Parts: sequence; structure tokens; C-alpha cells
Amino acid sequence: MSGTVSLPANVVPVRIRLSRDDVILRIGLYCLITLLAIAVVFPLYTLLSKSLEDIDGKYVGLQNFREYFETPALFSSITNSLTVAISVALIVLVIAFVYGYALTRTRMPLRWLFRGIALIPILAPSLLAAISLIYWFGNQGVLRSWLGESSIYGPIGIIIGSCFWVFPHALMIIVTALSTADARLYEAAEALRTPKWRIFFTVTLPGAKYGILSAGFIVFTLVITDFGVPKVIGGRYNVLATDVYKQVVGQQNFEMGAVVSLILLLPAVLAFIADRWVQRRQIALLSPHAVPFQPKSHPLRDGILFVFCLIVSIILISMLAMAVYASFVTFWPYNLSLSLKNYNFDVMDGGGWEAYFNSIRMAIYCAVFGSGLIFFGSYLVEKARGVTWLRTILHLGAMLPLAVPGLVLGIAYIFFFNHPENPLGFLYGTMGILVICTIVHFYTVSHLTCLTALKQLDPEFEAVSLSLKSPVWRTFGKVTLPVCLPAFLDVASYLFLNAMTTVSAVVFLYSPETMLASVAVLNMDDAGDIAPAAAMALMIVYTSAVFRVLHALLARFINNRTQVWRTR
Amino acid sequence: MPDSNQVYLRIENLTKHFGEFVAVSDLSLEINSGEFICFLGPSGCGKTTLLRAIAGLDPQTAGRINQAGKDISDLPVSERDFGIVFQSYALFPNLTVYQNVAYGLENQRLPRQEIHKRVTDLLELVGLPEQIEKYPAQLSGGQQQRVALSRALATSPGLLLLDEPLSALDARVRSSLRLEIRALHQNLGITTILVTHDQEEALSMADRIVVMDQGRIEQVGTPIEIYSNPASPFVADFIGVMNFIHGEVTSPGLVSIEENTLKCNTENIPEKNNVRVTIRPEDILCHSELIESPNTLEVKVKSLEFLGSFYRLFISGPTGFEELMADLSIKQVHEQNITPESTLNIELPPNRLLIFPEIS
Repeated sequence: MSGTVSLPANVVPVRIRLSRDDVILRIGLYCLITLLAIAVVFPLYTLLSKSLEDIDGKYVGLQNFREYFETPALFSSITNSLTVAISVALIVLVIAFVYGYALTRTRMPLRWLFRGIALIPILAPSLLAAISLIYWFGNQGVLRSWLGESSIYGPIGIIIGSCFWVFPHALMIIVTALSTADARLYEAAEALRTPKWRIFFTVTLPGAKYGILSAGFIVFTLVITDFGVPKVIGGRYNVLATDVYKQVVGQQNFEMGAVVSLILLLPAVLAFIADRWVQRRQIALLSPHAVPFQPKSHPLRDGILFVFCLIVSIILISMLAMAVYASFVTFWPYNLSLSLKNYNFDVMDGGGWEAYFNSIRMAIYCAVFGSGLIFFGSYLVEKARGVTWLRTILHLGAMLPLAVPGLVLGIAYIFFFNHPENPLGFLYGTMGILVICTIVHFYTVSHLTCLTALKQLDPEFEAVSLSLKSPVWRTFGKVTLPVCLPAFLDVASYLFLNAMTTVSAVVFLYSPETMLASVAVLNMDDAGDIAPAAAMALMIVYTSAVFRVLHALLARFINNRTQVWRTR
Repeated sequence: MPDSNQVYLRIENLTKHFGEFVAVSDLSLEINSGEFICFLGPSGCGKTTLLRAIAGLDPQTAGRINQAGKDISDLPVSERDFGIVFQSYALFPNLTVYQNVAYGLENQRLPRQEIHKRVTDLLELVGLPEQIEKYPAQLSGGQQQRVALSRALATSPGLLLLDEPLSALDARVRSSLRLEIRALHQNLGITTILVTHDQEEALSMADRIVVMDQGRIEQVGTPIEIYSNPASPFVADFIGVMNFIHGEVTSPGLVSIEENTLKCNTENIPEKNNVRVTIRPEDILCHSELIESPNTLEVKVKSLEFLGSFYRLFISGPTGFEELMADLSIKQVHEQNITPESTLNIELPPNRLLIFPEIS
């Protein structure tokens, strides 16, 4: 609000006294803002200042950046990263759009199955795709000959591998965009005798436009900030994400690591801003009076799309299947007999089975503490009375992590928590820092999920509760949380799955005692133990799949218990 | 009619700003104990803002509010004494009808049996004793609003606030609930404020109506006073239907409209002043033949609109009288055989004419 009308000089403005509830909610707001400041803002600030220092911690201005741009080996990574990210975005958008169109706008058979298959990559760390590609097209790969002179180790491998693991992310956004179609628009177009192709270009495509754009930005960001795939299959093709890792872990050049991560931050932030802008426009498109679109059967179209989805699904499954097969093969390619030898992690470098159990522990901590914290935070943003500016700050703080790639967050955490003067330094190297970092890394999407659920509640619930002299926590516990339980569980599940599969942030923060499964995959692959790496990656897939099933059962149970008041 | 004339709620110089927008401007009002008051006005007139300030939901920028002899101006919502019902019902969807109504009573830590008795009594009172274990989504809109009303009344608040409670309901349910709320008020004698933009609702329910426009009170009065004696052209236009005729006071008791002259009470408006003469459509008398009365005019019927229990005639007379409406009974229209293009003699009885100075 820019201007305000001022009161006449003799009039005393009214200030409402704070109730106990107001005080509690305000303390909550301050606490969460402080937490986010410590967990996001301060580390990023430390990262920024580190990039302007030399090895001895002396301020050198832009010296490090100058050095970066004068080193072609480093500088070329920018073009490489952009090439890969843009190629993947274009390829995935086309495939995901056709696939999503088939799922939402046709009466093709087995749509439910295709939808399920498309979600497989979400269960796995991005590394799995790259490992699987090595078995298919690597030097000893089954289909090595298909590539002819070219090698899978390089841009081809990175692009194919990235397409695999980002596919479900793009598909989910596009499916959402395509499902919100308004049947009345199609009826109007048909009543005007519009040819099918023209309806597609004037109704379908514009309706999904913002979803497609949004998916494009998400894919771009995921690929440019991912380091699992290029690390495993990138060969000598350097990208920004692997550069950060090499500078920090390989050469211990923290200052240059800071510089590269800031350069990595830039496209991520730009894509984030563009995506926010697109999302804001999309809201205006949706009308509450829309009539759901019911696709009609069209044998030829449905048949062609069925074949297309079948091919995509076979590719998706074959990526997973090859990894499964290879993980059971005793010694590729010389002894193809099946055994559990590769699952005997304890005799290998990489943390052993303990890493796997650490991962589960961390995922449970993230799901339990993260969902509670994030739900409470979004509740404060949506429902605290007055103090608009505090709520805005908390909301901005909650949105910030989406713009920060995991690698950047991880390296920022090293600088911040490992600083000798930081009283929180005791966290460094513990399970605590891994949990904090992972919750922060996936904070924004969870926050938005909770906000969406909370926004669906009648805004007058709080007013009614206050008039009935109900303390705020009673309404929170008796109404707000029960009604939002499905979203709450979704967030817990989202945090669990991501905590299981994430590599990028935690790769800088684990200690020998807190080795994680996803990091173990990376380390074993690094050591040349590709089959055990595949086996460990698959342990993550199995666990995630079991967890997904449990979550679905729990969600169904809760829905059954609560459907009485949901259905009319 | 409430017999007590004790002031229950006193609002003094209340002002509410939203940034640059002044929603309520220096408003003062007294509400008596047990009164049924309606805040009536077009959307954006500040009526809901005023209600929410009384509740403490959107505190006023300045001004005092006194309830039952106590200054509540700076009290938080939870320390004020009121029950509230919203247009959206705002029933807790995951709680049964019983649990919704008991919600406030449980906060008072009353014994279980007492809560049970109060809830069943209240649901009996609003005619929903059978729906006790149902969830809000299983009830019709009218039923949900009755539950919301019971929930607001359960804790026996001193003041009942109703924020457009009937606006989301269809016409038939609306009129029956109107009667029920009115009867409930008669029964309980609770001081009640109803916010509405529906004049029919206000006229039929209120003891007194507060007509608001642009953050100010235009008029306070009983429904009859407001309708038959509007204090301003805004009230005249907003409540019911009104004909406006522009003219100039020529001498006391006479207003000239182009070449015609109307006899009416010019009150204290001096000569040469531009005025608006108003008359309700049902106050215009129509005659088939010429009669010897003051203020008669010959007019032509442009069109007729059938409105169920009566006809509205759109008529056009001499300059200044081109756009008039007159309401006629069906019987009269048929007897006089009035059709479009008919010619009529209308009479504007002087005691039915109200006159307002023209605002330049």
C-alpha cells in the first residue's frame, strides 16, 4: 500500500490489545523467521562473501570471478550446462506433452497403468538413470553398437539420463494443466464448426500454455543443478554442477567452489522468477464455474497415442530393469550368473548397509519434523492475524529455497556451519545438519502444498472460533489439521522420498558416521564398483516404492474415515 | 418491539481506513438493548466493515465502541461478547452438527450433560433435532445456516452479529428463514445486528434500519420511516423504487417543471433553487378521464411490465416527465383497458411528493 489517509491531529488511533493467542502466533512467526534466516539466508550470505575472499579469508573483490572467466576449462562449463539443460527441456516437454495429452484427453486403454509407469523415476536417485545407461550403452554395454562412433560418456549420456529422471516432474505439471480444461470451451468451439486441429491450437494449447512453460522452467532448473547424472556419465564433459563438486571435494578450492555455485545460482534464480511470473498468470485462467472435460473415444488417435505411450513406457521400464538385472549379475560382463554379491555392501567402500539405514533414519526425521514445521509455518502465513509484514517475510523466506540449487545450499552450509565462530558449529557432520539441509532444500514445494490446502478452508473459521472463545490451538487441532490431513501426509511423503533420493545438497555435508545411501551410490560408482552402486540405488527404489504403497494405503484409510464429511 | 430503551452498544466517531481507502468515516450510532438493527447499503458502503469493527475482526483505525457499559474499543476478539454468523456458514466440515453447536460450550468447560441439554434445546429451537449426527456437507444450505445460528447462540452472547446470512440461499428458503430469525429474536430478546444489501430483508426484519453509503450513515429509522420519509435522494432511490423529477422552486408550495407546475410542500427550500421532486410509483394515481385535481398530467403509456401481483407502467408525459413509472393493480389495468400507446391522466397527490434540494 503506497499512501495512507492520515487521521485528524486530535484523533487517537486505536490499538487493539494482543490476546494470548496473538502473542503465541507472533512468537511462532518470529521463531520460524529466525530458523529460516539461520538455515537459508545466513548460509547464502556466507557463500556470497566467501566468493569475494582469497584462501586466507582476505577480501579480494571480484578477483575470483575474474580468474574464473579467464580459465576456459571452467568457463566452457556454462555453455555445456546451458546446452544440456535446454536440450533436455525441449525433448522432455514434447514427450511429456504428448504423453500427458494421451493420459488426460483420450480414452486410450490402460491410462492408469501408463500414469503409474511414468512415475517410476521419482522413486530413484538421478544417478540410477546414468548407471543404467552405462549397462545399456557403455563400453561393455549391451547395445554399445547402436551408438556407432559416438560415446555415451558425454553430452549424449547426460541428456538421455536427465530426460529419464525429470520426465515425471514435467509430466505431473502438464497433466495438471491439461486436466483443468473447461468442457464449455470445446462445446462452443464445436458449435461454431471448428475443425479438430484448430480447436487444438486455439483451445487446448493456450489452456495448457502456462503449465507447459512452468514445466519447462522446472526441467531446466532440475537439469542444470543436478550433478548425479553428469558425475556418473558425463566423462570429460564438464558442467557447472560437476565443477562445484570438483572444486570443493576434489581440489579443496572453496573460494572457486563458491564462485561456480553463484554462477549456478543465477540461471536457477532466473528460472524461478520466470516460473513465479507464469504461475501468477495461470491463476487468472481458472474459472470456478468450469465444467470438467470428458474426452470422447477416437480409435485412430487413441491407437497412435497408445503406441507412443507404450514405447515411452518400455524405455522407462527398461532403464529400471537393466539396473535391476545388472545389480544381480555376479560379474558383468564375464560372469552373468545371478547372485546377491553386489548387495553385500559391507565388504565394499561406500558406507555399507549402515549408509542405507542412515538414509531411512534421515528420511523419517525429515518427514516427521519437516512436515510439522512446514505445515505450522504455512498456517502462520495464512492464518495469523494482523502483522502482515511478518507473514510476508516468512512467506518469502519459504519461497527462497526453491531458487537455490541443492549443491549451492550444501556448499553454503559448509561455509556457514563450519565457520569456527559459529555457535551452531556442533551441528557440522551430524545427522542434524543433513536433516535441516534436506528439509530446507524441499521446503518451498511442501510450503505451497500446505498453503493450497489451507486456502481451501473458509477464512471465517478463525473468526467464528474466536467469537466462541476457542483458543487458537484447539481450532488448529480439531479443525484445521484434520481437514488438511491429506495435504499434510502428501508433504510428509514428498519429504521422505526426496530425502531418500537426494544427493546434491548432502554430498558436501555427510561424515563417515552419517554416510547416506544416495551418497554411497556416488562413491561406489566413483570407485568403479558400478554394480554395487546400482544395487544400492535400487535399495532406494525398493524402499521408496514400499513407502509409496504404505502412504497410499494410509491415505485411503484416512479418506475412508473422513469421506463422510467430504461427500455430499 | 423491545421495551427497553437502554443503550446497549454505543459507537462514537468510528473511522476505518484501508490504506488510501476510507471505508467508514467518523460514524456514531447508538443501539438499544434487545433491538434488531439492520445495516443496509450497496456493496462497499462500509456496513460489513462496521460489523467487523464491532466484532474486533478488523479493528477500527480510530473511534470508540462501548458495549453493555464497557469500553471494548481495544479488546481482542476473544475477549468480546458476541456470536457471529457468516454468509458462508463457516461450519467446521469435519465436525458433526452436534459438535459444531457444542464447540463454544466445550470452551467454557461446562459439564457434559449441560452441554448436551443446551445443544439439543437449540437444535430443537431451529427445527433440526433429527440432524444431530450429520456432517454439514450432508445438510441443505438453509439447514446449515440454522446450525450456524445455533452455534452462535449456544454460548448465550449479549450480541448477535449476522453478516449477510441469507444471501447464499435461494428465494424460498430465504423468506422462511427470515421469519424464523425474526421469531428467534422475539423469543430470546438478544440485541442483533444484521448486515444486508437486500432492502426487502431489512424492511421485513429490522426494528430500525441504518442506511449507509460511502462509509457514512444516510439515515437511521424504523422501516416505515425510511420508506415513507427518506432523508436523502440516496435513501429514496436505494429503498424501494422512486421517480425523480427535476424542477425549480418558484414560490413557496410551487415547483415548476419546464412548462408545468406542481403543488407540493417545498419545506424550507428557498425560491429559485433547483430541486428533485420524488414520488413512489404506487402513489401515482391513474384516471381514464380528465379530473379536477391539482398536479394532473396527460401521459402516454410506453410499455407495461407484469410483476406478478401488479403491473408497472412506463409512462411519458410533458417535458420533464418523460421517464415515469406507475404501479397499478391488475384489476385496474384490465378495467381501464390499458395497453401500450394508451393515453392516461395521472395525478401526483401533493402530500405524496417529497422534495430534495439538487446537489450541484
